[in-house]
Parts: sequence; C-alpha cells; structure tokens
Amino acid sequence: MRLALSRPSDSAERKSLAMKLLEVTIVYAILFFFALLVGIPFLYMFTGSFKTNGQLFSWPVNLLASEPTLNNYERLLSGEEIPYLQQMGNSVIIAVSQSALTLLFASMVGWGFAKYEFRGKTFLTIFLLFTFTIPFQVTLVPLFQMIVRLGLLDSFLGVILPSSVSAFGAFFMRQAMVSIPQELLDAGRIDGASEWGLFWRIGIPLSRGALSILSVLVFLTAWNDYLWPLIVLRTPEKFTYPVGLATLNGLYKVEYGMILGGAFIATLPIVLIFFAGRNQILDNLTIGAVKQ
Amino acid sequence: MFGRGRKIAPYLFISPFFIGYAIFFLYPVIQSLQLSFYRQVGLTNPPRFIGFDNYVRLVTKDDLFIKALTNTTYYALGSILIIVPLALLLALILHSPRLRFREFFRFLYFTPNITAGVVVGIVFGLVFEEQYGLINNLLLAPLGIDNVRWLREARWIMPAVILLGAWKWTGINAIYFMVGLQNIPPELNEAARVDGATRWQVFWHVTLPLLRPILAFVLTIAIIGSYNLFAEPAILVGLEGGPNNSGMTMTMYLYTRGFRELKMGYASAIGYSLAVIILVLSVIQLVLIRAFRED
Repeated sequence: MRLALSRPSDSAERKSLAMKLLEVTIVYAILFFFALLVGIPFLYMFTGSFKTNGQLFSWPVNLLASEPTLNNYERLLSGEEIPYLQQMGNSVIIAVSQSALTLLFASMVGWGFAKYEFRGKTFLTIFLLFTFTIPFQVTLVPLFQMIVRLGLLDSFLGVILPSSVSAFGAFFMRQAMVSIPQELLDAGRIDGASEWGLFWRIGIPLSRGALSILSVLVFLTAWNDYLWPLIVLRTPEKFTYPVGLATLNGLYKVEYGMILGGAFIATLPIVLIFFAGRNQILDNLTIGAVKQ
Repeated sequence: MFGRGRKIAPYLFISPFFIGYAIFFLYPVIQSLQLSFYRQVGLTNPPRFIGFDNYVRLVTKDDLFIKALTNTTYYALGSILIIVPLALLLALILHSPRLRFREFFRFLYFTPNITAGVVVGIVFGLVFEEQYGLINNLLLAPLGIDNVRWLREARWIMPAVILLGAWKWTGINAIYFMVGLQNIPPELNEAARVDGATRWQVFWHVTLPLLRPILAFVLTIAIIGSYNLFAEPAILVGLEGGPNNSGMTMTMYLYTRGFRELKMGYASAIGYSLAVIILVLSVIQLVLIRAFRED
C-alpha cells in the first residue's frame, strides 16, 4: 500500500477499512472451511473407531462418539481376525530397512556425483534423468518373476530390495552434497584421510539435514505402500498393515469400527513424525525439482 | 577398501546404487519390453512369441483396457481441474503477509498426503456411503440435494474418486505453488501496483506467467499420479472397479491381468502402453505450457 498524496476523505477511509475487514473475514473463512474439509474425515476416523457398526450406520450422522467403546481396539489387537500388531511390526521392519538401504545407496552415489570428476559422469547423469520418466508399472511383472525365481516370494526382502534403489534419492543427495566446500576435503586429504573417511566423516555429517528429510520421505512411502507388498506377501503373518486392513475391508461382514481403529493407529505415528519435522520437510519438498 | 585412489573412489561410491539400479530397474524395464511380445500365462508355462498381438488386442479388442484408460483420463482431467485452481487459491492466501496460523494451516492441508492410500480408501468408503455417509448428510442434505449413490452407481464412482483425489492432493500442490510464489521477487508486484495495475491484473499478468514452471511441475506430477492410482479406488469399490468397472484404473487393470490372472505378457504390454501414454501426455502438456508463453 502506498501513501496517498492527498488526504482521503473520512468516508473513503472508513470504506477501505470495511473492505479490509471483509477481506480478512473471507480469507479466514476460506482457510477454516478447507481446514474442516480436510479435518473432518480424520475426526470421523478417530471417533468411528470407538463406535459399533450400529452407531456408525445410524441417523443422524454423529461426528463424535456419544457412547465410546474400546471393544474395536480390544478385538483388533487381540488378533482374533488378523494379526494386526504383527502386521504393523512388519511394516516397521520393512519401512526402517528400506529407509536405511535407500539412504546408504543414495548418499554414496550422491557423494560420488557431487565431489568427483570421472569418465562417464555426464552420460550416467543424463541416462538416469532419462530413465526417470519410465513409470514403475513397467517393471512390475519382471520384478515379480525375479522375486519368485530368487525364492523371495512372501518375504520381507522381496518387498525391500527392489524399492531400495531410488533415482530420486540419488539426485536429492547429490543436490545436498554438492555445496559442501571442497577446501574441507582438501584439508582432510592433507591430514591423511581416506576417500571413504572423507565421505563418512565430512560428507555424511554435513548433509544430516538432507538425510533426515530423505529418510522421512522414504519411510512414509514404504509405510503407505500397498501395491508391491500386495504382490509379494502371501500370508497374513507376513502382511504389512495396509494389506492387512484391506483384507479386513474385504471380509463378508465388514467391521468398520475395527478397521477405523487399525487405520487410526497406523496413521497417528506418521502424522506425529511428520509434525516433528514439518517445517524442514515442507520447505524442502521441491528440492531438485523446482529449485534453480 | 577405498584406499587413497581418487581415480577409482568415485566408481566405488556409485557402484552399489548402479548395480541395484541395473538389477531392479533396468533389467525389468528391458525384460518387460521383450515379454510384451510374448504370450505367457502363469509362472512356469513357456512363453510363446506372438509379435505385436498383445498390443493389437489391447487397442482393438479389449474393452476393459479402453475403459480403464478412459476412467484414468477422466480422473486425471477432473482432478487437475479441481486441484490446480484450489491449490493456487490456497497458496495465494497462505502466501499473503501478516497471515496468522500459517504453519498450522499448511501442516493440516498437507496431512491427507501422508496418509496411506488404503486408509484414505477406507475412510472415504464411509464418507461416500449412500445413507449414512458424510457427504450426502453433511454437505448435500443441507443444500436440499437428494442422496447420491456415489459408490453404487457407475456414473458416480469416478466423481467420488476425483473428490477423494482432490482431498488428498490439493494441500501438497498448494505448497508447490507457495514455493513458486516465494521465488517471485516482491518488487515485481509492487512495481506493477505503482503503475496502477489492479490486484487482478497483477495476478493475471505478473504472478501467473511466473508460476508457469511450477504449473508444469504440478501438472506432470498430477498426470503421473493419476496413472499410478491404485489403492484408493481398489479399497473404495474393489479391484474390479465396482459397477460396470467404472472405478477401474490403468494400474488396477495391470494388476488384475498380471497378478490375478498371471497373464505376464499381456500385463507387460499394458505396462508399456502406460509408459507411452504418460510420455505423450507429458510432452503435450509441456508444449501447451510453452504455447501459452507466446501469446
């Protein structure tokens, strides 16, 4: 807003004040409306997990739980329908191992690209960018055949291994590591550090921020994945939680309260993890894609 | 193992990734292309070479493939038309100075995106429920609109999936647009305002053109995301896509052919068709965005 040269009349001033108030009201009304749209399904998931089927399917719709019951959680966690606790544990094992492997591969290759000149570097970069455009669906059938041949069907390794090489992760780590000052490495070399030592003692500690963002992103992807675990895993004791929940959802008599309970306790931890790192993650979502 | 050799060190750093990439990505990509020219049903039966038959059948005889393609395209267009304007609106609001609770809203709008597709599918099964669902009772009934048979009537399934998609993806796209807005130097807007441009003119002639790279990024992600759509509709209406297969997406179709019927060659051909479609759409989209720059 610029200062007006001539003093505006009182009525104009009042009008602009009213306009501003109106504008602010509209802005917050929009934000609040969308907050409700986003929030109500979450609220419904939470309160629904304390309801019986009868209470869920009754009229009028109640967003809260008037007579909350813990029965859904008791039955879900006792494992009478599916071994849900075990399935959540499987999801933890798979998501953690997948994150660790992805981080290791991605940081190593990122370091190689960021800090060294070598023959074939340009070619490999362009090649990687080109293959970036190939959708993963293309690979599903041969990957499945490979998993079967390796005897990894219905095993965690079969889920983890194919997902641990992330071209996105490679670029992400390269972007993060390229800004590490060369002088640090030169100084390290003079002090007699090995190339691995430079990576481990300088490269990794100085890219902790990027590593934590990447680990959360990979963890989230692995935690939420449905298609590939559905293809590889065959027995309920091996299922990840999304595959388990989907089987509950497909039962003849669907117990929604129980399913909502399972959905809620699987969603809560990632929302909390994400809440803890929200600003770092949200500020860096577009690294490598839009920056430059 | 890495010694002091600066010559071989880079190769040692990059090799674990590239070995894994070759085994778990490049090899399957090539293998899949080959397989798409074969007929192979089941894991142990020997494959038989049939040339382009799989592709010819997909395009000329397979109504379900065309259906899945149509559904997926419908979803892509519908969700983009809802998400992009909404995300832009939210981004403009969230970007405005002196806004309170900015971090809160940004966080809240993003949470649907980190929620598992299966979970979203389950919750939205109740949101779209005909008699007791949230949409019919809380949004439509107050407007005097009769119950919509969202998941039971063929023509309403894709609109339901589109609304689900809008719920899940608008927030993250708003954040992408916010990044774009942050990269626009504020002096530009101020200069235009000093020159007497209205806010709308500033938005239309200054802000929007400068957001073009972000728009291209958002559209590309949206197109790829549409063709990846699997968990949500699979949970919402089942793997066959519900009444008249109206919720069947491309990836669901690939899954049913490849992993339920074990038609390995045919599913590979579906995978490659998908790749070609995504490539063509991305190119069209980039050309369109460039064309708008000219006028």
